[in-house]
Amino acid sequence: MINELREFLAIYAENWADWGPQIYAAIWVTIKLTVVSFAIAIVLGLCLALGKLSPLKVVRAFCTGYIEVARGVPALAILFLLYFGLVPLGIVFDAFTAGAIGLGMSAAGYIAEVFRAGIEAIHKGQREAALSVGMTPAMTFRHIILPQAMRIILPPLLNMVIILLKDTSICSLISTEELMLRAKDLAMMSFLPMHLFLLAGVLYFALAWPLSIITRKVEKMMQRGRRQTFGIN
Amino acid sequence: MEDFFQKLMELGGPLLLGAGTTVAITIASLLVAIVLGLSLALIRLLGILPVNWLISTYVEIFRNTPVLAQIFIIYFSLPYLGINIGPFPAAVIGLGLNGGAVLCEVFRAGLNAIHHGQREAALAVGMTPWMSLRYIMLPQTWRITLPPLGNYAIALLKDTAVVSAIAAPEIMFWARNLVTSTFQTTFVYILAALIYFCLSFPLARLVEQFERRQRAWQ
Amino acid sequence: MENALLRVENLHKRFGTLEVLKGVNMALDRGHKTAIIGPSGCGKSTMLRCINYMETPTAGHVYLDGELFGERQSGDGFVRMSETELATQRAHVGMVFQGFYLWPHLSARENVAIGPMKVRGMSKSEANDLADAMLEKVHMSHKVDEYPERLSGGQQQRVAIARALAQQPKLMLFDEPTSALDPELIGEVLNVIQELADEGRSMVLVTHEIRFAREVADRVIFLHDGVIVEEGSPEEVIDNPNHERLRGFLRQIVEH
Repeated sequence: MINELREFLAIYAENWADWGPQIYAAIWVTIKLTVVSFAIAIVLGLCLALGKLSPLKVVRAFCTGYIEVARGVPALAILFLLYFGLVPLGIVFDAFTAGAIGLGMSAAGYIAEVFRAGIEAIHKGQREAALSVGMTPAMTFRHIILPQAMRIILPPLLNMVIILLKDTSICSLISTEELMLRAKDLAMMSFLPMHLFLLAGVLYFALAWPLSIITRKVEKMMQRGRRQTFGIN
Repeated sequence: MEDFFQKLMELGGPLLLGAGTTVAITIASLLVAIVLGLSLALIRLLGILPVNWLISTYVEIFRNTPVLAQIFIIYFSLPYLGINIGPFPAAVIGLGLNGGAVLCEVFRAGLNAIHHGQREAALAVGMTPWMSLRYIMLPQTWRITLPPLGNYAIALLKDTAVVSAIAAPEIMFWARNLVTSTFQTTFVYILAALIYFCLSFPLARLVEQFERRQRAWQ
Repeated sequence: MENALLRVENLHKRFGTLEVLKGVNMALDRGHKTAIIGPSGCGKSTMLRCINYMETPTAGHVYLDGELFGERQSGDGFVRMSETELATQRAHVGMVFQGFYLWPHLSARENVAIGPMKVRGMSKSEANDLADAMLEKVHMSHKVDEYPERLSGGQQQRVAIARALAQQPKLMLFDEPTSALDPELIGEVLNVIQELADEGRSMVLVTHEIRFAREVADRVIFLHDGVIVEEGSPEEVIDNPNHERLRGFLRQIVEH
């Protein structure tokens, strides 16, 4: 048993000179992809959330519709549309851009709802109280609404980062040069799928798990300020 | 116009076939995930530390790695251990194991949401722990977990798209084939997205209804 | 002493490094009512909860109707019963909690009937009849089909009392039954408890309602810091307290 394990691990040592640099480059692409798609998702999501509050019915309808579709269609379908489906129309994205935009547009749907929940959770009365003590709307937002909304928004946002990190693997299916694609290519070339996919799994875990731990810590911290209602009944 | 409808017919057929597979994979994986997740959540209640540690490890691993990686590992690596399985079983196992980890946490939260006093009251009238679970805790857990379960079902439906990578004949797989044979790239992919939306939309509305009833029930 | 319904011997309970009960003794005869009073944190709830082993004592023994409760003799020592064995014993002791803890997915009648049905194997109609009778006793007949969320605190607590009564218990334990209630709802619950007392039920009542304790109980125990500081008839303990601590405690409660 131990010998088999040692043989198994020896293969990594043998191939590391070849695999190492490629994997390393691929990990960087994965990280960049995560960051860029997250940025797109946040900006787009915020716009959508605010758009839903717009006095204009058309804007509200569009935002609601967008969010519904983004949450009801797989990211892969959106990626395929962006990378392959727009080419006949003359729009050509490279794999990374298509990946980032696709993931970003998909995640924006969820993030919009997170923002909305955060904003709505702040009771209107607090806003009114702030205005009545003489704060401007901007001050109200900065000192009253934002700090409380953060409590509600931060944990799901952090969660979204982890989800995006994992979803970058889907971009391999539109040939984005990230970790999953690199692992698959190397697996195909070396006939060692077990080794490479396990390696990929371990690396994703190494990236995602610390984020998970941080997210949980943040969740706990955010709960400290809230009063615990004793559940009688 | 006629041209449009003709196109629709040509392309719709295979895609709807794929939709059938998509739904089948979703339902099968969902069942596996629910059985697995609920069992693990209940086993956790027994409080046997080494077992709980194992369950936690399983959950952490499956929640912090991509579904695609999990499916690839199952599909491509198992043959080397002498086990050969087709894309459909591999997909169901992979998605099921992934879902088990997610739902384990959902059921755990559901059970924890029930105030401990209710369990005490159950013990006080002479129920055994098993009876308190069966008559008091579990009936309430369903109500609490229905919305997150519904949301998971929707996520699962979308996740089935990635099993096209191991050639499971679901929607995306058929979409790619159609594109290769008909070159109607834009149309096919939009249609595929539309079909997914039609599948997930009723589920989303259902979940919304559950959530609304939950809030009223609170 | 031997035919006491309840005997508590040398009860100790420690939570981590904190010793909450430091050697408590008590006996209750059939048909008698004992009230336990004392400041917050003195251990009176803990003591009550040790009686039906909701908390496991660190040391000491509990005897119900002459039988060892919650433990079995094992060799020359004692071992705590498993929850399944304990369940059969607990069926003879009715407990009413400060937080009521009615089961929200069941109606009032179902809350009361489910115990007899599942624990004692009664048929559904038998259990329902019993439930209706118990709910009548606590004056809740008009709400048998209501769910807990639609009931006021006082109503919920009365249903909880009916639920305990449905066990046809040898002993009733009340853990601060009115402490979580709004003032105007306390009376209805106390009235029910008084009626049960008048029927001749055996009770141990932990409460802050000193005047009520004086009315209902034939024995009062003053617990302070995990030790019984004074005990006796209500007249002795409440009207003529000896200990300074007790006097101070009673003075504080006077605004009731």
